[in-house]
Amino acid sequence: MKKKEVPQDESSLNKVNSKELCYAVDEDGNYTTELSSGWDPKKIALDNALEDIEKRVEEARLRVLAGTTSPIEYYMELCKMDLTILASYVGFFKWTVKRHFKPSVFQKLSNKKLAKYADVFDITIEELQNGPS
Amino acid sequence: MKIDFTHHQSAHCENGVVSNLMKHNGFQVSEPMVFGIGSGLLFCYIPFLKVNYAPVFTYRAMPGHIFNRFAKRVGIKVKREKFSNPTAAKKRLDENLAANNPVGLQVGVYNLTYFPDEYRFHFNAHNLVVYGKENDTYLISDPVMENVTTLTSKELEKVRFAKGAMAPKGHIYYPTVFPDKLELESAIVKGIKHTCRDMAAPVPFVGVKGIKTVAKLIRKWPKKLGVKKANHYLGQIVRMQEEIGTGGGGFRYIYGAFLQESGELLKNEELKKLSIEMTEIGDMWRDFALESSRIYKNRSNSIAIDKYDEVATLLESIANREKAFFKKLKKAV
Repeated sequence: MKKKEVPQDESSLNKVNSKELCYAVDEDGNYTTELSSGWDPKKIALDNALEDIEKRVEEARLRVLAGTTSPIEYYMELCKMDLTILASYVGFFKWTVKRHFKPSVFQKLSNKKLAKYADVFDITIEELQNGPS
Repeated sequence: MKIDFTHHQSAHCENGVVSNLMKHNGFQVSEPMVFGIGSGLLFCYIPFLKVNYAPVFTYRAMPGHIFNRFAKRVGIKVKREKFSNPTAAKKRLDENLAANNPVGLQVGVYNLTYFPDEYRFHFNAHNLVVYGKENDTYLISDPVMENVTTLTSKELEKVRFAKGAMAPKGHIYYPTVFPDKLELESAIVKGIKHTCRDMAAPVPFVGVKGIKTVAKLIRKWPKKLGVKKANHYLGQIVRMQEEIGTGGGGFRYIYGAFLQESGELLKNEELKKLSIEMTEIGDMWRDFALESSRIYKNRSNSIAIDKYDEVATLLESIANREKAFFKKLKKAV
């Protein structure tokens, strides 16, 4: 890649006033570095991945409202987690977390367990119990 | 307290931390030099490790390996520690800062407040330097950021004790013993030979063979997984190849810079020529990313199968080119 070809497309890096460093070749063929504000091919890939997460959150929200899952699954998706990550944060087995997805089990969870989840999701126990609207 | 530490931005976090800590200790070592001597370049497909619901494709060596190999080859010693108790981890960090010693930390990205939200995933192998503390705020030099930044002690504890795959467990590290003079020449040769060996590994998931395996898979994905998942996976490859940290072209440009610098240092004209070729290979990876993005940009479900075949063919030609390249490189040192 030539130094003057280093892409300067839009990306969310602009939001935090940063650019990323790329390696490129100058006109004499010597390697140098150049800052890049972003590149569309990877921005599209990132946007698609985020869109998929949004979809998963929305699907979980609808399932909570329909009474087929507990708010834990919704907040898990909202925090971009999966079962493995959530289980290691709260310190339960994966199958235990999965059980807590059941609304009937969730209703009976002790405050201590609820507090663990609430802490990981950075919300209050009430917010966790109320779930998404 | 603030240690007199100079922040230099780098493409990749681990190389950057090592290069910055070396410079702080009076050894001018560039990021590409750390990456090349540490045999950072690789290709590896890890089907059983899923990140964001897609398999992992990595273009670099495992976290921690680059620094360890670099240290061993140039003759420095690295102290590493992990903790189960956050208070003990904090205490060790504070002790080092009080002793005027900036340290490297492994952290999770998800709670790094200074990153844009879009980049905050549960990825636990990020690296940064702490170079001071003012009241309850730590001074942070994150090598991928343009400028230095800060984290409160609560925020820092959160990222040091992130959970999930590759959990950092408060991992702290810093070089302790230095030789009088760094033996770069022999280290370069060792680093290059190791990379040539890795890239020619006789395993279907690693190196040139790994690239070929993935090319074959791409041909099958649309039929086997459906267009939606195929595109998600293709996007994952491009993100692992180009997202912050690789310096472009899946680390191939950084490696090109390393070969050029090494060619000068060793007075080896062949290495300089191979640097030019590495740049061309990097350009091919960029083309592959560009062509792939044309596929996944299209959100409809009717993408011609031959589009996937086209990018797979491109990937196969990269594999062939790299195969020949690393054979030549092995002979050049």
